[in-house]
Amino acid sequence: MSAEAISDNHGHHDHAPSKKGFMYYLTTTNHKDIGKMYLLTALNFFIIGGLFAMFIRAELAEAGYQLLNHPFSVGPFTFSFSGEFFNQMTAMHATFMIFFAIIPAFIGLGNFFVPIMIGSPDMAFPRLNNWSFWILPFSGLLMLLSFFVPGGAPGAGWTSYPPLTSAAYSPGPGMDMWILGIHLAGASSILGSINFIVTTLNMRAPGMTLFKMPLFVWSMLVTAWLQLIATPVLAGAVTMLLTDRNFGTSFFNMAGGGDPVLYQHIFWFYSHPAVYIMILPGFGIISEVIATFSRKPLFGYITMVWAIIGIAVLGCLVWAHHMFTVGMDPRAQMMFMAMTFLIGVPTGIKVFNWLATMWEGVLEFTTSMKFAIAFVGLFTIGGLSGIVCAAAPVDYQIHDTYYVVAHIHYVFFAGSFLSIMAGVYYWFPKMFGRLMSEKMGSVHFWLTFIFMNVTFFPMHFLGLMGMPRRIPDYNPVFSDLNLLCSIGAFGLGATQILLIINAFWSAKHGKLAGSNPWGGHTLEWQVSSPPPEHNFEKIPVVK
Amino acid sequence: MAHHHDHDFFIPAPSIWAPLSCIGGGIMAFGFLFTLHPTDFGMSASIAHLIMAMGFTLLAFCVFQWWRLLVHEARHRGFKEGSVPVVLDLANRYGMVFFIASEVMFFAAFFAAFFYLSGMNVWPPENIETLTLHLPTVNTLLLLTSGVTVTWAHHAMQEGNRSRTRKMIFLTYLLGVIFLSCQMYEYHHASFALHDGVYGSTFYMLTGFHGFHVFVGSIMLMVLHLRLSQGDFSAKEHFYFEATAWYWHFVDVVWIGLYLFVYLLPNGGHH
Repeated sequence: MSAEAISDNHGHHDHAPSKKGFMYYLTTTNHKDIGKMYLLTALNFFIIGGLFAMFIRAELAEAGYQLLNHPFSVGPFTFSFSGEFFNQMTAMHATFMIFFAIIPAFIGLGNFFVPIMIGSPDMAFPRLNNWSFWILPFSGLLMLLSFFVPGGAPGAGWTSYPPLTSAAYSPGPGMDMWILGIHLAGASSILGSINFIVTTLNMRAPGMTLFKMPLFVWSMLVTAWLQLIATPVLAGAVTMLLTDRNFGTSFFNMAGGGDPVLYQHIFWFYSHPAVYIMILPGFGIISEVIATFSRKPLFGYITMVWAIIGIAVLGCLVWAHHMFTVGMDPRAQMMFMAMTFLIGVPTGIKVFNWLATMWEGVLEFTTSMKFAIAFVGLFTIGGLSGIVCAAAPVDYQIHDTYYVVAHIHYVFFAGSFLSIMAGVYYWFPKMFGRLMSEKMGSVHFWLTFIFMNVTFFPMHFLGLMGMPRRIPDYNPVFSDLNLLCSIGAFGLGATQILLIINAFWSAKHGKLAGSNPWGGHTLEWQVSSPPPEHNFEKIPVVK
Repeated sequence: MAHHHDHDFFIPAPSIWAPLSCIGGGIMAFGFLFTLHPTDFGMSASIAHLIMAMGFTLLAFCVFQWWRLLVHEARHRGFKEGSVPVVLDLANRYGMVFFIASEVMFFAAFFAAFFYLSGMNVWPPENIETLTLHLPTVNTLLLLTSGVTVTWAHHAMQEGNRSRTRKMIFLTYLLGVIFLSCQMYEYHHASFALHDGVYGSTFYMLTGFHGFHVFVGSIMLMVLHLRLSQGDFSAKEHFYFEATAWYWHFVDVVWIGLYLFVYLLPNGGHH
């Protein structure tokens, strides 16, 4: 293998066997295969995380306990869930959706399309790319198996704040499995980000200057910077948690002079940028999709690039807005509040540029475009509720209520999820050579659009009325709205079956796409669908 | 096979070492978990250790093979001026710089914890008998000297003086090893332990992770020494040399921070 690789660095054009087996995918260094594996992994964890959400909504459908605290039977199986299990559901729903669904989905799309869009034959470090993917299953396995160990999965929220996560209150191995899982996923993230940065800086085709790169490439580049800077800090935070739990250190332990608030600072130094890691690539996708289906170049390209960079820089300086209620110095609160408000400026620039791109465009309402337009409208709701949360005096009231849950779901669902969908419907034909069914796609879109608003919009009211999050029971006055949320959630969950059917059916039986089904202008539309093994017969020259 | 290629990027063939090292890393993580909670998993501590050791061995073996493959590929390209395409050289340089940047951020988390905790507590805490500055000062001199020797080696390399290069690299990792021995001596004689409150926590975690990085850097230097004696590299073409030197300087700079903030300043007049 290596000898051949050396005798001719490019002498393995014939390596791709006609039938690709497990060993092929295990050892592949091809960015397109790795991108697809990321996407499939993300889909699996999206299903798992989604089922957890269904459990949460089933329990919250009515006041009192529905599934918890009284054993029930379904066929031959008897189930018995404690309140602890509800805590595990909320913690693991977020953990899976953030670390194993949204981030890998964007990394997957980026892996497939960044090299093609800059006119490169592959990523900068293809073997490292393989490593970054294959460490993920072990990370996911640690998380999943934690349900089956004594004490169960971690139940202290995805934020894992001590002292709830200290050895005294979470004595079981589940918490340590979460920590080690984060370590592995973090290593994957860091090495992956190095790969993306070097690829983008170093492998652009002749003439592809930085300011000619498609917006999606820019967004992945800036995202990779955030991952490179922030993820090692998360590794530090969970390492301290691990040693506090197991080796007697006192970083977060008051008795030894430590402080749990320190954990929150370090954790949010990663996890606030992580929110941008989960939305910037979406901004990139939406910019591609809206420009293509408006038949116009993107409005204000340069401002779009600087807005992404601005959001990333500001995003690293606002972490303590998650901690207004811990008793911080009011001057610090003012600073973090003001910085957070500022993020509204570059985000606003992006929203208006998308609208201006569509203005007087020849709009084509494909499924992808529908998701993109819905993104612009609904993500803006999430952005605006973020400004509400960022006002410290308001936050004292709504902290830890359903208002925050509503906000983050308008960011992650209306933002990340809808943009991933826009990207999947847009690029699926390039990845698999066949178009997804537009008819089924349209149904998928409209049901998703309706049900997501039914699910998440009432949560704003619930939060303002004072319903706390992460609690399985509530005051009966919240019943009607909660039932509405739960009906929406079941509808939303069931609707995603359409996506899975559409994807797997279309990959085999969809209409042949041809190289440029949408009339796109970026480089991926200049090559066949699916692209050849190394993307380009000749490295393109960009004018 | 005689394809014409209009680019200089290196597109390696499929490789088993990356996924296999993931399997090794995964087994090691599970072994570590079992070591922390042997009874919860119904196994004896020695079995747990064994699993961890097996995972580590597989991981180390894969890293070794992967590294060997890289050396093999580098030798095939050769070390003549211009034998490594510019884009490939740049990719390696960027890659190493960003890797070190991520390491800096990892240490930043621990330094942040140190500043936060030393600021909110009486520092050093009253019940802590801090170390004298003698050994840390010697250690600082050792690492600073090693920074000089590695730079000296680099100049010798650029002048084509291979025997001096080898001597200086040998001296550099010798200083690293002596440093590590001094650290071990210091740990052994310290009157406080990891579990003695925040002082012990920050002290051992910061110096411990730093020591681990000195250890890794020393191994990189030993490999460099070995490759030099096998005839690798030339005055113009020695990326691995430079990457190792950068890493060594990074380790050096972290130590300056440690010496200043962890040892020197809190100690005040105590000698």
